[in-house]
Amino acid sequence: MLNPYDVETLEAKALRVREHIIRLATAGGCFLGASLSCADLIVYLYTHFLNVSPANFDDPQRDYLFLSKGHDVPALYATFVEMGWMPEARLRNHLQTHDHIYWHPNRGVPGIEFHSGSLGHLLSVAAGVAYDCKLRGQDNKVVVITGDGELNEGSNWEALLVAHAYRLDNLLIIVDRNEFQANVETEALIPLEPLADKFAAFGCAVERVDGHDFGALHEALHHFPYAANRPTVLIADTVRGKGLPSIARRADRWFCNFTQEEVADLLLELHGADKADLISEALMVR
Amino acid sequence: MNYEAALQEIVLSDARYVVMTAENRAAIRHLPARLNGRFLDTGITEQTMIGMAAGLALRGRVPICHALATFLTMRAFEFIRTDVGIGRLPVKLVGGVPGFLSDGNGPTHQALEDIALMRGIPGMQIFCPADEADLVLGLRAMLESPHPVYIRHTGGTAVIEHQPDFAIGQAETVLNGRDLTLLTYGMLFREAHAAAHLLSERGYSVRLLNLRTVWPIDEQAILQAARETRLLVTIEDHFLTGGLATIVSELLLRHQVMAPLLPIALDNRWFQPALLDQVLAVEGFTGPQLADRIDTYYGDKYA
Repeated sequence: MLNPYDVETLEAKALRVREHIIRLATAGGCFLGASLSCADLIVYLYTHFLNVSPANFDDPQRDYLFLSKGHDVPALYATFVEMGWMPEARLRNHLQTHDHIYWHPNRGVPGIEFHSGSLGHLLSVAAGVAYDCKLRGQDNKVVVITGDGELNEGSNWEALLVAHAYRLDNLLIIVDRNEFQANVETEALIPLEPLADKFAAFGCAVERVDGHDFGALHEALHHFPYAANRPTVLIADTVRGKGLPSIARRADRWFCNFTQEEVADLLLELHGADKADLISEALMVR
Repeated sequence: MNYEAALQEIVLSDARYVVMTAENRAAIRHLPARLNGRFLDTGITEQTMIGMAAGLALRGRVPICHALATFLTMRAFEFIRTDVGIGRLPVKLVGGVPGFLSDGNGPTHQALEDIALMRGIPGMQIFCPADEADLVLGLRAMLESPHPVYIRHTGGTAVIEHQPDFAIGQAETVLNGRDLTLLTYGMLFREAHAAAHLLSERGYSVRLLNLRTVWPIDEQAILQAARETRLLVTIEDHFLTGGLATIVSELLLRHQVMAPLLPIALDNRWFQPALLDQVLAVEGFTGPQLADRIDTYYGDKYA
C-alpha cells in the first residue's frame, strides 16, 4: 500500500507535470486533453513501477514504456522534467526547429523509446521487445500505453492475438480510457464496451482502475503480471482534460492552442480558481 | 546451396538474426526446428510481424521477415514506412512470388508496384536477384547492411554462372556489347539472357546487365551504357510506373544524359493469371518475343 506521504508526493509531482503540460498549450499548442488524462499514470509508472532511468538506458535488462497514441507526449516531456532527466528549459523548445520537442514522440528526446503518432503501432513493437526479453531469459517489464479511440485500429487486436499466442506475460497494456476519440465520444461513435470482456476474450488478464487514484494504481500494478502466460491489460478510467474543468470531457477540446492569457487563467484554474474564460477557437484538425 | 541453407548458415553464425514469417514458410520450412526461439511465425499478420520486427531491432536483433511480396509490401506498407523506415532499423524483408512468379494466383497476389513502394522509403535498399544462386551470392551483404532491405525473392535455376563478387549498388555485366543494352533484374533475367543471345545471332552486339540491387542502382554502369550503346532497354515484371524504367529515366535526366530508352514492363495493368510459361507467352515476355520486339524497335529507329 502507498503511504499517505507517497500519495502526497505523487500528487504534488503530478500537479507540476500538469503545469508544464498546460504551458505547452500555446504558441502552436498541443493535444492538451489526452496529455492531462494520462499524466497521473505516467508519473506513477516512472516513479514507482518502471526500472528505467538515464543511468540504465543502455542496460538490456531495464524496463520499457511505449506511448502508443503519441499525441499525449507532453505528459512524457513534463514527467522527464520532474524526474530530473531533462532540463525544464528544454520545454521552451516546443515546436522549435533546433530541438525534437514536438507534437508526437521521437527518439531525439532521451528516454523516449520509439516514435509514435500513427495509431495502432506500438502494441506490436512492444510485443517484439517483450518477445526478445523472453528469448534472452530476462524479466524486464514492457509497458505500452494505448488510447481508447486508438483501439479502433485493427492492428491492436492482431497484435494481441500474437502476444497471447507467444504467452507474453511480461507485457502490460494500459488503456488510457478517457472515453474520447479525437472529436467524438468513443461510445457515441465506435462503442468499445464491454472493453474488459473484449480483452479477456483475446486471452488477456484484465483489471480496471481509476487512473487518477494513485493508491488504486499502486494496488492494481503491484501484482503484475496478473496471470502466467497471459498479457496483462489494465484499463485506466480517466478524464480527458483532468484538472481543468473548463476543458474536461469536452469533445471540442482535443487539440488546444490558447493565448498566453488563457494559459495563465488555466494555471490558476488548475490550482482551484474559477473556470478560465476560453475564447480561442476549438480545433478539430491537426 | 539454396536460400534456406544459406540463410541458416548466416543466422546460426550470428545471434543477432531472427527469422520471422507471417505464416509463409515455403522458403524456410526446415528452419523452425533448427532455430527454435529465433524463428518466429506471427501467423497471418503482416502488420504485427513488422511491428514486432521493429521491436526486435530496438533490442539489437536483425529480423528477416518473410511473406508474399504483395502482402508484405502493401498490407504492411505503413508499418514498414513508419516503424522500420522512420526508425532506420535494419529489418530485412523477403517478399515471396513477386511479379510474374505469382503466376496463377491472380491480381490480388501480383506484386507489380513493390519496388516503387519500397524505393519510396528513405534508406531502403532493394535486391532483386536473378535466380536462387544470385540470391545466395548477395544474401550476406544484404543482411549485413545497416539499412532496411527488401529482397524480391527468386528461387529459379540459374542460366549462367554468376560472378561471385557481389556489392550493393553494383550490377553484374554479363555481356558487354556496343549496340544496345538490356537492363533487367529478377526472374526475367532468364528471358533477357535468351533474348540477348537471339539478338547476337542476328548480328547485334548486345550488352546485358543483371542489376542485382535496383536501389541503390549501379549509376555508373547505366550511364556508361547510355553513352556507349545506341539503345537502352529495361525489362521488368513491374508496373511501368515506379520501377526500373522510372529509376533509369530519373538517372539519365539527373545527369543530363540523352539516350533512347525502350521500357518493357506492365503498362498500367495487371497480367493474365496462368502458369508461368503461359503468362510469359501471353504477355510477350519470352526470350524470343523480347528479341523480336527489341529487334523491330531498333530497326525502326535506326533504319
